[in-house]
Amino acid sequence: MAEKTNIVRVTNVTKVFKLGKIDVDALKGINLEISRGNYISIMGPSGSGKSTLFNMIGGLDKPTSGKVYIDEVDIAQLDAYELAWLRCRKIGYIFQTFNIIQVMTALENVTLPMIFAGMGNDAAVDKGMQLLELVGIGDRYSHKPFELSGGQQQRVAIARALANDPAIILADEPTGNLDLTTGEECIALLKRLSQERGVTVISATHDFKMLNVSDQVVWIRDGRVDKIEDREELSISIGQIGTKE
Amino acid sequence: MTQKTILSEMPNGTGRVQRQVVLPFLKSVEISFQSIKVRFFRSLITTMSLVLAVSFLSFINVSNDIANGMLATHDPDLRQSLIRSGYDIGAQDISVGSSAKQRWIVILSLLVCVVGIVNAQLMAVTERFREIGTMKCLGALDRFILRLFVLEAGMQGLAGAGIGALAGALFSLINAWLHFGTAAVRSISIANLLISIGIATGVGCLLSLLGVFYPALVAARMQPVEAMRVEH
Repeated sequence: MAEKTNIVRVTNVTKVFKLGKIDVDALKGINLEISRGNYISIMGPSGSGKSTLFNMIGGLDKPTSGKVYIDEVDIAQLDAYELAWLRCRKIGYIFQTFNIIQVMTALENVTLPMIFAGMGNDAAVDKGMQLLELVGIGDRYSHKPFELSGGQQQRVAIARALANDPAIILADEPTGNLDLTTGEECIALLKRLSQERGVTVISATHDFKMLNVSDQVVWIRDGRVDKIEDREELSISIGQIGTKE
Repeated sequence: MTQKTILSEMPNGTGRVQRQVVLPFLKSVEISFQSIKVRFFRSLITTMSLVLAVSFLSFINVSNDIANGMLATHDPDLRQSLIRSGYDIGAQDISVGSSAKQRWIVILSLLVCVVGIVNAQLMAVTERFREIGTMKCLGALDRFILRLFVLEAGMQGLAGAGIGALAGALFSLINAWLHFGTAAVRSISIANLLISIGIATGVGCLLSLLGVFYPALVAARMQPVEAMRVEH
């Protein structure tokens, strides 16, 4: 793994939220390096700052101090166009609440990022159908989100995240709103896609099912990186993980 | 997966990224039309105040057109019946304009209508926070969002104002027919009638766009992370 380059590098990132007159330190100096093609889980209890860190990596939020590099480019230097471009082409987002656009069909949801990327309508539809088949809901392409189950909606979201062949998929609690089996299916799907397509998957989670597939687990506690465990160490300590929180 | 760096593909130099993230105009029309269709009841409520205000404007204008048409016939009976029904016509007048009071009421109703539209559209933006945020995460620029909202308002405005103008004109004609008989309806100049309807429709569209401007700006400026924070 040593020959792999870092796709994400986070150096001394802090984030302060102002709640009225009180400053809340959500992140207190995070350093993190994520290698290309890995499956990373960011674990931590609620309020540990993992969602904040996650938003930073996704370019959705800017750090108070410190730098976030995506492929060695400081994202604080990017203007609005470049950020939009980054979100469109290079990062795929998956959310806990799926965030499928309610007024569009499954296929339209998947093709939207491709339209933004300047792809022609026919090509986008072709690729959209392929992606929907890849995630196993090719026959439900014309359904609106409310006609789909939670697991199916999350599959649409995964297909949509893959639309522009991103280098990174950011998944914020992807299994948070799914039942056990559906959650496991979605995790397996993400893992398979990460292996087949070499996509770096970064997921914020407190779902222990995620640990089995992760190449690396980053434990966040109280705004700091508690520890980083590779897969090998993980299998040894997995017996104690249940008692961690 | 290629090992070349992500952003090296990003073209450098002037005017570089402008064309990188796009939303073709036809596609945005399609999306906004669909959005109205799916939220038809919601759109109906947003448009309703516009329909009412525009039909009032159209009613007043067309009524004046009818009165002018009746005066243009130089029929003393029609002139008398106009005066009896409350038109302020001097002995030498050959046309009637809208009175100050009429104009005031029309302007007031249009103002109320704009406030109603702003209110309804702000609600719509709040309801769609998540949708807007998701689109931004998928790479939408501020102006895509702005364009979608303005297009929606334009379509709603055109439909609402069109219906309102026609309804107002129709009521005015029925009213004239009941009051003054067929002679009054026959004497109206079609050109003036069409101009009045056109003006009312135009004013309605303008009001709809005026009303959506601030809400659309709020939507467009929203940071994607704020949208995601809702309900967390």
